[in-house]
Formats: sequence, structure tokens, C-alpha cells
Amino acid sequence: MDDKVIKGVKFGLLSPEEIRKMSVTAIITSEVYDEDGTPIEGSVMDPRLGVIEPGQKCPTCGNQIGQCPGHFGHIELVRPVIHIGYVKDIYELLKATCRHCGRVLLSDEEIQRYLRMYKATKNRWPSIASRVIDYVKKAAAKNTICPHCSEKQYKIKLEKPITFYEERGEGVIKLTPSEIRERFERIPNEDLEILGFDPNSSRPEWMILTVLPVPPIIMRPSIMIEGGIRAEDDLTHKLVDIVRINERLKDSLDSGAPQLIIDDLWDLLQYHVATYFDNEIPGLPPAKHRSGRPLRTIAQRLKGKEGRFRGNLSGKRVDFSARTVISPDPNISIDEVGVPVDIAKTLTVPEKVTKWNIERMRQYVINGPETWPGANYIIRTDGRRIDLRYVKDRKALAESIEPGFIVERHLINGDVSLFNRQPSLHRISIMAHKVRILPGKTFRLNLLVCPPYNADFDGDEMNFHVPQSEEARAEAKEIMLVHKNILTPRYGGPIMGGTQDYISGAYLLTNKATLLEEEEVRELLAAGKYGGELPEPAILSPRPYWTGKQVVSLFLPEDFTFHGPANISSGNRACKDELCDHDSYIVIKNGILLEGVFDKKAIGNQQPESVLHWLIKEYTEDYSLKVMDDMFKVFLKFSEMRGFTMTLQDVTISLQAVKKIEEKIKSSLEEVDALINQYNQGKLEPIPGRTLEETLESKILDTLDRLRNDAGEIAATHLDPFNDAYIMARTGARGSLLNLTQMSAMLGQQSIRGERLSRGYNGRVLPHYKMNDISPEAKGFIFSSFKRGLNPIEMFYHAAAGREGLVDTAVRTSQSGYMQRRLVNALSDLRIEYDGSVRSLSGEMIQPLYGYDGVHPMKSAHGKAVDINRIMERVAGWKR
Amino acid sequence: MILNEDEEFLNELIENVKKEMPQNIINDIVRSIKESQIQLTRNELKKVFSLALEDYNNSKIEPGEAIGTVSAQSIGEPGTQMTLRTFHYAGVRELNVTLGLPRLIEIVDARKIPSTPMMTIYLIDEYNKDRERALEVAKRIEYTKVENVIQSTDLDLSNMSITLKFDSEMMNDKGVTIEEIDKVISKLKLGEYVKEIDEDRITLTFTEIENITSLFKLRDKILSAKIKGVKDIKRAIVQKRGDEYVIITDGSNLAGVLGVKGVDPTRVETNNIHEVEKVLGIEAARELIVRELKRVLDEQGLDVDIRHVILVSDVMTRTGTVKQIGRHGVSGEKVSVLARAAFEVTVKHLLEAAAAGSIEEFKGVMENIIIGQPIKLGTGMVELVMRPGKG
Repeated sequence: MDDKVIKGVKFGLLSPEEIRKMSVTAIITSEVYDEDGTPIEGSVMDPRLGVIEPGQKCPTCGNQIGQCPGHFGHIELVRPVIHIGYVKDIYELLKATCRHCGRVLLSDEEIQRYLRMYKATKNRWPSIASRVIDYVKKAAAKNTICPHCSEKQYKIKLEKPITFYEERGEGVIKLTPSEIRERFERIPNEDLEILGFDPNSSRPEWMILTVLPVPPIIMRPSIMIEGGIRAEDDLTHKLVDIVRINERLKDSLDSGAPQLIIDDLWDLLQYHVATYFDNEIPGLPPAKHRSGRPLRTIAQRLKGKEGRFRGNLSGKRVDFSARTVISPDPNISIDEVGVPVDIAKTLTVPEKVTKWNIERMRQYVINGPETWPGANYIIRTDGRRIDLRYVKDRKALAESIEPGFIVERHLINGDVSLFNRQPSLHRISIMAHKVRILPGKTFRLNLLVCPPYNADFDGDEMNFHVPQSEEARAEAKEIMLVHKNILTPRYGGPIMGGTQDYISGAYLLTNKATLLEEEEVRELLAAGKYGGELPEPAILSPRPYWTGKQVVSLFLPEDFTFHGPANISSGNRACKDELCDHDSYIVIKNGILLEGVFDKKAIGNQQPESVLHWLIKEYTEDYSLKVMDDMFKVFLKFSEMRGFTMTLQDVTISLQAVKKIEEKIKSSLEEVDALINQYNQGKLEPIPGRTLEETLESKILDTLDRLRNDAGEIAATHLDPFNDAYIMARTGARGSLLNLTQMSAMLGQQSIRGERLSRGYNGRVLPHYKMNDISPEAKGFIFSSFKRGLNPIEMFYHAAAGREGLVDTAVRTSQSGYMQRRLVNALSDLRIEYDGSVRSLSGEMIQPLYGYDGVHPMKSAHGKAVDINRIMERVAGWKR
Repeated sequence: MILNEDEEFLNELIENVKKEMPQNIINDIVRSIKESQIQLTRNELKKVFSLALEDYNNSKIEPGEAIGTVSAQSIGEPGTQMTLRTFHYAGVRELNVTLGLPRLIEIVDARKIPSTPMMTIYLIDEYNKDRERALEVAKRIEYTKVENVIQSTDLDLSNMSITLKFDSEMMNDKGVTIEEIDKVISKLKLGEYVKEIDEDRITLTFTEIENITSLFKLRDKILSAKIKGVKDIKRAIVQKRGDEYVIITDGSNLAGVLGVKGVDPTRVETNNIHEVEKVLGIEAARELIVRELKRVLDEQGLDVDIRHVILVSDVMTRTGTVKQIGRHGVSGEKVSVLARAAFEVTVKHLLEAAAAGSIEEFKGVMENIIIGQPIKLGTGMVELVMRPGKG
């Protein structure tokens, strides 16, 4: 609360006087160290510029390293040079002002008029104000005679990068920085405003440097390489160059050297000062290190992704964080993260000692840094920090702690932490988890939380942070906890939910054919932490049996009602109503699953308006957590009890089916041949707007596409619909029917950019075929299945098409990443005000009422504020 | 469905929530109740209204929400899942339209001309029922040059004459007669010449021309002469949509097409945002951005709430002109020097700020992150702080 707040920062140019005033010493010698290696006074490593070695005292401010902020020096340039960043401004100013009197080349009335326009727009519409300035500069440059002193103006030429010329009657004459500076000095303050300058903070003549500030040593530290050799920073090198040339120029001037030599040295000085600011000027060779590496000077330090702004200011490195591989653990809560003991012993939470927790704190201190749960540091009331690693008698220390001390204790179960996986594309890429200390070396993660992080366990690593303040912990716990973020703000549906085994398990459990014995039911319910009575068994004789639907129903709220198709409801197993022979239509009445199976559509992730969605939206957060932690575990338990796998048999089709497919292949090939014949005889009718060749291609593609679909259909009808591979595809657990087709029947056409393969050799893909052969097998059609195996040619086709996918992904990630960055940057300042409007932080109104209805997508029912059909069903049921 | 006697009870319920819920939601509820197959009791009616009110109140957005970032992420995140280079047939095989990530980038870039400009033109009643009539309009729209209907040109250098031979099939397709071409040629300023018109050819013999190069020039002038149509419309295709015929074009020229006879000017669509801004104004451009963004996302099967799309469009069109999301638009016009410097072209912004003597006020998010101060979003917006134990 007592923190100082930065209200503002004003930018401006440094005047020579200011530079001298803030300087502690003039830098006069290019020698840096004397024989014994101590820095020379008056060199760029002058000790007065700030301490560099630990233990030393700064001769200027008296502080030690860490406290001493560093101090500027300065170099008196013998001849002025141009600041390279302002070449364009200097050019425009030269053109817009009088060479004699320094006024803007516009009449007084005009100046007043533009000044009024500029002042009116400056604060509210800066973009318009800048256009006024641009216009003034352009208009003034057109005048060839000064309206104030009637002096004739000459054309100014800029020879990139830094040389200015004036095209006078007697010829083209070079303008020296000194002359330019003199002209700028004549520009009156009143005229500078409409040229876009603030005369108080930035006089244009200051863009021509006569004094160069020398930055403190701490921003250009020298490093010791092994062997005790010093390696100086790039900036130091550059400064030495500047001082050296400055010295030489001075000597030449003093000794009255010829003008030619002086000009050369002046140009050299200009070059060094220019590259000192920016070493990537077009038209100037970059200054290089002895090894040939270009120097990294001021501009290079600031710009780009790893530059000061994006690399160190917008994104900062943090303490109290950890990173390691993640692995799955379905037995911990979705709100938890499993943390290795090693990490728990390194990361700490500061906990204030009170009379209520003092005993616990003492134990932590006694346990020390090595034993978990212990503590690493104690901060006493006087602010002294005690490192427990070096305390001999921790028992005594523990006795001495009293309320008010802060103990930096190890992480313990229940601590709030933040968990993140890159790329952090949306806000649910970082969520709060409660710590659960577990043996092992990896972070443990509940599988249901994978979708928002887009995580899997093929070696993914994740980042872990421990909030240190009470405020941060409270926010994390109340806003960022996983179970409070099940619904995504992107579309208002559950982004978390069942994946893979959860879905196949749920399907198998709720399947009509599943009958469970008492023991099995008890085991399943125990997995789901069910505490109530067993329901009446569905079958009483010869033995009591329960259905899977009964088990699931025990986890549904008593007033829950739902109807809708399951994922398996497709093709000939589709159902649109409760009268369904395939059990593919879900009907839940009063919390009892009466009909239909649970699969991807019911409990899958990213399925809006599903059973899972309504369970989470319509009931409490605690219930959401219960669904995710307990109900889903039942599905896994059942999968475990029954066993679930996939074998080669699952994708093997009968000989009969193989024959059928072969027949199809034959007839399709004949069809293609017929098409090619038609084409060759010129009998093919072109599709309007397409050439004959394109027509042929598209017809061939159609035929081949049909062939694969037919083959897939044949395979599908001959596969056992209850084999595990097929179940996975149908329920949406993993894979698709296309994958099954490719495994059992054929891969089909391989394509690049939506066309059949065509490039490689002249007129053919591979040398195994004749030129211009357009038969299916020559242009990337694969008749084999993954099960049968691909022949070498087919394998080549497959690899070629596969490569396109890889390239595509690589290109796409960079493009969409950049778009994301721009979007976020453009919209990051918007917030909802108390009146419901959307405004930017600088006060611009974007929307008078957010979304024109004030509804948060995350809190809506898949976009709707009120889903009336759903409400009707909740109140009155679906049918009566 | 409700009993007649409950009608009044329903009105009472409506009256009760009138002040708390928007009218369109109430209308929805009433319609749904009346259309329902189920007869609702009074108790159930009451419950419907209380649940609806509860849902509505729970769905409202809270002050402080960093909705800009949420929207940006909601549109950016699915971008990673998009396929690159998707071309999609706009219902017709002849035309390709860029969709997917490239199109998305194109829209937020506010590119001047889309990579595949396209129009959908609806026709007035007289023309939209009959394919032939619709084709008539299409031929009026399609830009046709002499070049498009020509089979060959012959230059006779001894006589200094040009012979144009026309392709009758193409002329039929484009609906051009030789008389029309003749008229076009007579309007051109070609100097003195003698004209011979045949069934399918026109021969022009120039009397004044001396050298060959000027003959070539004249030929090019004739070939590039416009016979009819609207500029930039490369092709116009008639297609059936529902129960009417519409024209789909390759190329876009909104101002030009609006004036063509037979076109219903209230139902002309284009995907060129800048054109719409110029012809119809900024509100129309805003709506078009929303539709185009949503279309791209929907086509890829990506579920994004419309409010996010609307917000992006509102930000782009806020100032009255379409502004790009990026350096040359929204981001480049931020007030804060540091925010601009941290985005792109760092050095330039710093130098400009120094010359102009700009002041950084630390209002936005990026600036405060840079100096390590709390930002004024979400929980950081609260300025009222309770000090327990005082007062």
C-alpha cells in the first residue's frame, strides 16, 4: 500500500549541457588498462563510472555493488556528428525551414492556422495531429523563397545513410554537421511545435551531437574468460573506437593537418558514433568484432524478441518456479498436481508464525532444509534472514521463534500453485492446482485436465509456480482453480472432459450388454467413492445383476433430465427418438439413465450442450468436482476390470471381403481407363469454366475417392462391430472410421495440395512409370492397407504426402502465433467497466454494452444467455 | 402450451420479470411455452421464469473482466488448429475462395484487396426466377474486352491494316454481337482508317500510320477496349440458391454492380471489406468483418462465440475507418510509447517519442508490466480498499 507509484515518464533529447551535468568525468583517453591491469582514470572503464567488483566501494556514490546505480561519463566530440536515428527528421527539418532565418517556410497566417489545428487534435486524435505535422513539413518544403526573410532556398539532398548536400547555383555542396547544427539553432521555439518537436525537451540541434554520454560500466560489464583474459563488452569496444578517433581528429586539428585528412577523420568519427547507436544501418557496413561477428550495439540490445523490451521487460524470469516432465495420474483430483519431493524441498512458501501455528512451524524448522516437510529460511522480525542450511542447532533455533517471524517452509499438500504448459494460447493454459507431494521426479496430472493445456505424456514438460503473497494465493484459489475453469470462455462449453479410455470405458459400462455382479458393482462404486445404498438389481434371478446404466445413474443428481443422440448414433445405427434399437439415443429422467450409452457426445471434452455440460453448468462447483473426480474414475475402473486393447485381428477382414474389394478396385480402374480413353479421343465433356485436363483430373479423383469409400464400407460391414478398435472409432474415444479403413482395406489416394502427386521427375512422380502416365498407380494411389503393408513405391507416395503435413504444421504455427500476438496486443487494454461497457484503459469506448447484451460467453449456455429449451426440459421434462 | 385460464397468470409472471430481463429473452420464453407440446402447470410456469431469471443473472459479465484478451485468445487459439491453404468451392466448381488461416489473417490485416475477391449478387424478382433472365444480367456484369472474344488478329504491314477475327462461340458465351464490337471500335480514337466488316471479322486499314510500332499500339488499344460489363469482374456465374437464381462473381466491384439493371441493390454481397466501407459506410464494414470472420471459423468447424468476433470487429472499426490489427493500425496508434516500443519497431518509437517530448502515462497493461506495477484489469481495477481497525 505504501509502494511508490510511477505516474509518468517524459521522453526527450539530452542537451549537451545536460549530458555534461550528469557526467562524473570526461573520457579522454583510448587506453583502458595500464600494465598491471588496473583501469585508467579518464578511460571508458574509469572507476568513477561505478563499481564492478564485489566488496569495492564506489568512488562516486560510496555504495557497494548492487546499491550503486552506475554513473555516466561523457566524451567531448571535437567535431559534431549526426545522431543516426534522426537522419530523417534532420532531412525534413532542413527542407522545411529557412536556411537563413530558421523560420518554417510558411507565412505567419498559415503557421497560426496549422498550429490551431495541431493543438485542437493533439490530445484527442494523435493520429490526425501527426498528419497535420506531415502536411506542414510537405507544404513548407515546397516553398523556394522564405516568406519571412525572402532568402532563396536550395534543394537539399540526402545521400543515404548520413551525408547531406545542398544544390546551390554554384554546384552541389556538402553540408557539414556543424552547418546543420547552426541552422537548427536559428529555428525559433514557436515554429518547432508544428514540426512535431517539443522545444522544451527536444531542441533539434541536440540531434547533432557535440557531447556523447558514456554509459555506466554495469550496463557493459567485461567478462573474465579462463586464463584471466578480459573480454570487453561490445559497447565498450565501440566507445574505445570513438575516443580513439576523437583523439586523432583533435591532434590533426591542433597540428593543422590538411582539410582532406580532417574530413576523413570526421567521417570516421561519424561512422563510429552511428554504429555505436545502431549497427544495422542500410548502406553502412556493420562494425565487426575481430572474429567477424557484428557488434551488438544499443539498437540491437533493445529490439527484437530477445531484446530488452520483449525479452526482459515484457517478459521476465521469475523465482519460485520449477519445470519437469509430466506424467498421468488418474487417482489424484483434477484440482491437484503431483509435485516431486525434491521440488517441494526447494520451493518455499513464506508463512507468518502465529500463536496458532507456532508448533507446526517449530517442527518445520527442526526438520530443516533436508527433511520434508521442513523449512529453508527464517526471517526474523528485524528483517534478518537465517539460512537453515548453516544452522547447527536447529532445535534451539526452533525454540527461539516467536509470532511475527516468517518461516519459508517447504511446499506441503494443499498449497496453491500455478501450473502452465506452453504455448500459452489461452488463459486456461495456466491454472491453479493444489499441491500434492508425491514420490518420483515428474509432475503428475489428472488426465481430464489435458485438453485445456493440450498436454500429452510423450515427453511434455510443464512449468510450476508458487505464489508468494496472500493476495496472489487468494486470487489463484478463487479464480484460477481448475474446477472453476471447466467451461471455456471461447464458446461456453466444457473444455475438460473424457478422452480416450474414459470414453470407451463409459461406453462399455453403459452398454446394454453389460451386466454386473454385486461384487463388481461394489468395486466400481468404491472407485467412485459412492457412499449410499445399492439400488435394486435390474435382474433378480437366477442371480442378482445390475446394469452399467444403474451404476452411472447413482452419480447423477436426482432432478437431472436430458435427451439427445449419442456419438454412435450415425449411419445405420442412427436414432432420432427414444424408440431406438441401437441404444444410441440418451434419455435421462430424474437422474436415471434410462436409455442410450455414454460416449464422446455425452461425456467427451469440448462437447457443448452435452450431458457433461449441463451437469457442470446447472449444479454447484462442488458437484462439478465430484463428477470429474469420482464419476469418471468409475469409467476407468470398468475399463480396467473388463480389459481393453486392440489386436491385429481387429483390423483383419475376411477373405470374402478382400475379394469384394478387389472387384471394386478392378471396376474402378476400368472406369478410370474409360475416362482416359474418352479424353484421348477428345470425347470428354469439359466442366464449364475448366479445361479438359482439369475435368479429367477431377473425374478421376472422384472415381478413386468413391473406390476408397466403397472399400471402407465393405471393410466396415465385415468387421466385428464390437471389437475394441471399432468401439474406439464409433464412440469417438480414438481414431476414426477412416483410420480403420486405411488399416484394414486400403490407404487410397495420396495428395499434395489437394491434387494427385505429380512432381518429382519430368512428367512423372517416379522413374518406374512412363512419362505422362496418368493411371492411378502412377500418381499416388495406394491399393494396400496398413495391415497388408505398402510396397516400396506406395511407401514413397505415403511419405511424400506425409511430408506435406509436417511442413504445413511448421508454417502454420508461426503464422497463427504471430496473428495471436497481434490480436492480444491490440485488444489487451480492454476491460468491462462498472456500467457494463467495454473501454480501453486510456478511456476509448469500444462497446456501450459488452456484446450488446452484457452476457459473458463463459457463463452463457453455449452462447445463449438463457437456453429456454433446456429450462423447459428441466422443469417439465422432455415428453409426457 | 398452457390452459386458457392460466393466460393471465403468465402475463403476471412476464410483468414481474420485465424490468430484469431483456424483452427478446422474455419473448423467447413465451413463444417456447406456447409452442411446447407439454401443458405446463402454474407451478411449472413459475419455475420456468425463476430459472430463466437465475440463468440470465448468472450469465452477466462482471466489471473488470479483461475481455479484450479473452476475445483475442478465443480467436487466436483456434488458429493453431486450422488447416493452411484451404481453398473451398463457393458452391460452384469454377470458383475458389480462400478460407482458413490465410483468410483469417487477411481479415485482421485489413488487406486492401482480398486474395480472392468474390461477390454474391441477388436479383430483383423479374430476373431471379428464370435462368435465362439471370444469365442476361450476368452477361451485363461480366467484364468483357475485345480481347476476350477474339480468335486471332492479323497485321498486314504492307497495307497497314489490322484484321480481327472473332470467335463465335466466345461471343455467344459472353453475349456479344459484332455490331456491338463495331460500335466500341468506332468510339475509340484511332485516327483515320477504312473499315470493312465481315460476318466474323473486322478489318481496319489505316491511312495515316507510317511505322509498325504505332500499328502495334493501335492493335493493343483495340484489344483492351471494353465492350461491356463492370470493371474487375472477371467471371459471373449463375447459380440456384433456394428458389431463386443468384450471380456469383470472381472479382469484386460493389459500386459498379449496384448500378446494373436487374440487380437487387439491397442484396449484394462482397468479401472486400474496404469496398464496403467506401460504398456503404463503416457500419456495413463492421458487419462484414463479423460475418467473414465467423464464416471462416465456422467453415473449419471451430466453435467461437460471436461476441468475441464482434469485439474484434468493433475494435477494428472504432475510429470510423477500418484499422488493421497490428503495427499499422490499432497497435500502432496506442497512446503509450512503451507499449508501442514493446510490440514492434522498438527503436523508431523511442526516437520519435524523444523528439516529440511524449509523456508515458502508464495507463495500459503493457506499460505497467514493464515497470512492474499492478495493471488496472480484473482484480487490479478495484481502487477502494478496506483498512480494518480504522474508523
